[in-house]
Parts: sequence; structure tokens; C-alpha cells
Amino acid sequence: MNMTATPGGVMPAWPEGGVSRVPYRLFSDAQVYALEQERLFRGPVWNYLCLELEVAEPGDFRTAFIGETPIVVARDEQGELRGMVNRCAHKGALVCLAERGNRKHFSCIYHSWTYHLDGRLRGVAFRGGLKGKGGMPKDFDPARHCMQPIRVETFCGLVFGTFEPDMPPVEEWVGPTMAHFLKRNLGSRPLKVLGAHSQIIHNNWKLYAENVRDSYHATLLHTFYTTFKVNRLDMDGGILLSEGTPWHHISYAKRATLEEAAEYREAKVHSASYDSKLNGPELLKTEDEFDDGITHSVQSIFPTLAVHFTLNSLCVRNFVPRGLEETELVWTYLGYADDSEEMTAMRVLQANLTGAAGLVSLEDGCINEFVQRGTRGSGDAAAVLEMGGRGLESSESSRATEVSIRGFWSGYRGLMGYA
Amino acid sequence: MIDGQARQRIEDFLLDCAWAIDEDDLEAWPGFFAADGRYRITTRDNEERGLPVGIMLCEGRGMMEDRVLALRTANIFEPHRYRHILGRPRLREAEDGLVRSDSSFIVMRTMQDGRMDLFAAGNYRDLLRVEDGRVLFQERAAVLESRRVDVLIVIPI
Repeated sequence: MNMTATPGGVMPAWPEGGVSRVPYRLFSDAQVYALEQERLFRGPVWNYLCLELEVAEPGDFRTAFIGETPIVVARDEQGELRGMVNRCAHKGALVCLAERGNRKHFSCIYHSWTYHLDGRLRGVAFRGGLKGKGGMPKDFDPARHCMQPIRVETFCGLVFGTFEPDMPPVEEWVGPTMAHFLKRNLGSRPLKVLGAHSQIIHNNWKLYAENVRDSYHATLLHTFYTTFKVNRLDMDGGILLSEGTPWHHISYAKRATLEEAAEYREAKVHSASYDSKLNGPELLKTEDEFDDGITHSVQSIFPTLAVHFTLNSLCVRNFVPRGLEETELVWTYLGYADDSEEMTAMRVLQANLTGAAGLVSLEDGCINEFVQRGTRGSGDAAAVLEMGGRGLESSESSRATEVSIRGFWSGYRGLMGYA
Repeated sequence: MIDGQARQRIEDFLLDCAWAIDEDDLEAWPGFFAADGRYRITTRDNEERGLPVGIMLCEGRGMMEDRVLALRTANIFEPHRYRHILGRPRLREAEDGLVRSDSSFIVMRTMQDGRMDLFAAGNYRDLLRVEDGRVLFQERAAVLESRRVDVLIVIPI
């Protein structure tokens, strides 16, 4: 097998063509996967961890992952948000088993070592021994044994974490275009959770990172819209990439033809039923919430976060690697805290479009697995990503492009040591 | 008072619905519901937290027909079939003359290449309308024990 001379020497050689070619081996090589944990997930990126509202009060905690590394996010007694590896400093057992909760302090069940909410060691059971015998050495220093801290930061209600001490703030890191759109969708009003579930997809995490950026496949694979004539293919739309490294993206569309209807503009409410063959057209009853005409968007934040806003359905997607060929895709549906009952009802019904049983999205549960299965034993063969050219320019007028996938790979190549 | 005859009728009805799904007679599935009936798939976690968004929601038979039509004509997935195993229902009288039924289910999923998995386990929380010897779902919630779905759900549970 052809290898590059990258440190560690395990990465496959990248074929000619830069980001317009992707070696299939990257999706099924255990050494590559191991190196990603170190260079990418524990490297200079901000990883999405949880929603800020999940850790709103002192004592609230939420477990999460950076790559495969287990993490705890907690709000301490002073109201400060803390992040640490969810691992006891003694024998390495998980400290927090629950996904969420509220604690005064953390306690490892194995040997009852306890920790403050910021991860500092609080107590060691039998430290002084029993009846004057046993116990820790006299010079044991609790200050030197804590749950490993990581940096955490909040932006637009999202909590991010990083192992890299020198990261710029999240807002600066994502760049102005991405920050503006996150503020539009998540930062303007207080959020509330409407529901959540997850989906195990049997593919390497990068196939989903590609898939969520793939505007080319959307109207080809996901035929629900066209079959039911509820969406227009001639909508205005485009692709925006982040400044600097173009590894984050926004794909957006405007239901321009619907905007032309006077009733729609004036009342701001309409039913899409006139344009549909649905027997239950209330599913697509929608209301405009923004002045920019954008009615559908998917935004990705490298490496494992995506936010979609389809009609009125707002959702945070976090795809967590669960091994080389398995990924957990967690869907968390959101509304705004001050939503009317009608708006909540619309968001609830429109959640049918996405998720594990999404009328539009369910194909993504299997399509990436088909790539995983199709690329086994593929040697040095590579994917071809030339739709919309071979470069990395934003595509303001067309979504028939793979530019945002090439953007992902440009970031990946940088982190993993390719020139 | 739910007498033996009513229980028998309800148990047969629940079995017939599972059978229709397992035998791929999905076009018959919306007919098990009242015209304004409600069907949803959600998780225990969402139910316990009182969260309204689950995994699937159909309000009225029309949306159920849309789901079946989408499955037949629009959605793309690897062919598979279910096999439901039902527990005996716990029945009690509810408001408006309806009957509340809770029953355990497990669903085995078999893929086209023969792979077979335990796909889902949970509780059917049903609200049944029993009239003139006929039973219909006013509401059916398939509450999954796990919040994790393997691959996707396209066939109703």
C-alpha cells in the first residue's frame, strides 16, 4: 500500500487532483481512524458538545464526546461552565454514567474518589488508611490528580470544547459568514428542546460529514419533495463556505415562487396544499420567520456538527464516531422558548421531514453505509469530486456542486498532515 | 367494564394490525385508525421528559396514507421486513368511552440478504374506540425503549 511520509506514516498517499479526489481507504483504515482521534478531534478544532440550556443551572452536567473521548460538561457552583474528560484520575473509570443530571460533586463509583464540579479532586476514600495501616503515601498531592480539564466555550446556545489551549474564540474560528447564520438560527431568541433521538449509521463518520455537505445529492436521492410536488427545483439557492479554511458551509434555498403569492406575503401564513398531492397537507403548513427569504438551510461546523432549518423545523445534528465503521447521529429538535402553540405544532409536524424516519432524510441512514460497503477492498481507488469544478469557491447561484465537500477535505488534509 | 368478549375483540384487532404490517399489507394499515386518529413513534426518554417531537407523527389517516405512499414510491432503502411479537394488552376504561391499552412489543427486522436483528422493543400506548363491535385506534404511540434507531425507520412499527 502506498503511504505518505507523514509523521506516523499511516496515512495513505493522496492521489493527484487535491481535494477533487478522496482515497476510499480513509473510510475503513483503523490506523487512520486512530490518528484522527489525536490530530483532528484532540487537535486545533472546536468540537460541539451540547446545548447551553442543558447545563443552565449550577450542578447541571451533560456527558458528550470529542471523537471517542468521553467528556463531561458541568456548570460549577460559581455558574462557570467547565469541561473535562469523563475519566477518573485514579484507574480511568467513567465518572459520570448518566447522560445528564444535577450533582453537588462527582463521585467515581469504583473507589469513591470524588471531584468538584470543575474536576478538581475533592476526596480519596481511605486516604489515611484504616486503623493506621495502608492508605496513600504521605506526599500524595490531590492537586496533581484531577479530571483532565478541556477548554469549553459557548456560542449561540451551543457548547464547544477543545483540547487545544491556543484556540481563538469560537466566533472567530468559524468566521463571520458562519457566525452570522448561527446567530440568525440559534442566537436571536432563547431556545427550547422539542425532542431528540439518534440513529446508528453503519459508516465511517467522514461519510456523514460529506453527506451533510452534499447539495448535489439532495434532489436526486431524496425524491419525497419531487414525488409529492411540494418543493420547487427552480428555487434560488447557493452554497457559502467559511472564510479561511472552507471546512464549514451553509447550503440554503428560497421558496422564491411561493414568495410571489400576495396572500403569502401579507398573511405570512400559508398552506402548501395547493401545490401538493399530500393526503395530509397540514404536514407542510409553514410560516415565514425571517426576512431573508431563506426557507431551507443546512449548516455544517467542522468536524461533527450540522444545524438544519427546514421550513420551520430547527434541529441540531451531532454525528459521533462510535468506531471505524459506526456513527451515532443525534437529532435534537428545537424551538424558541417564546413560540406560540401554533408555531410549536408546526415545528412538531415538520420534524417528520427529517430524523431517523424523515420523509426527506431517511435515505441518508443507509446511503453512507452503501458507500462503506462499496468501497471495501478498493485498494488505492479514490472518489471523484468535480461537480461545480475542482476548487473551493463559494457557489452563490447553484447547488449543483460538491464544493462544500471539497471544503471539508481541505480542512481534513490540513489537520492530518497533508501539504 | 371491559368484558371477555370486548377483550377478545381488542386482542384480535391488535394482532390484525401487526399482521398487516408484517405481511406487507401496508395499504390496509391506515384503516386501523379513526379518520382523525393519531399515530406516532417516539422514545421512552422523550415521553418521560414530556417532549412532543419523537421519530414519526401522523395526524389523521391522510398523513398515514402519505407515509405508505412515500414508502412505496419515493423513499429509497434496503428492502426489509418486520416480525412483530406482541404481549397481552393491559386494558382499562378511559375518558369518552375509549379504552386505554398498553402492550409490549418486539420487532425483529430481516434484511434482504438475511441479516436479522432485534430492531425495536417498547410499549404500544393505545387509545381505542370500540363501537358497534368494531375497534379503531384513536391514538397509537409506539414508545421505543431505546432512543437509538438502527439505520432508519420507514415501515411503521
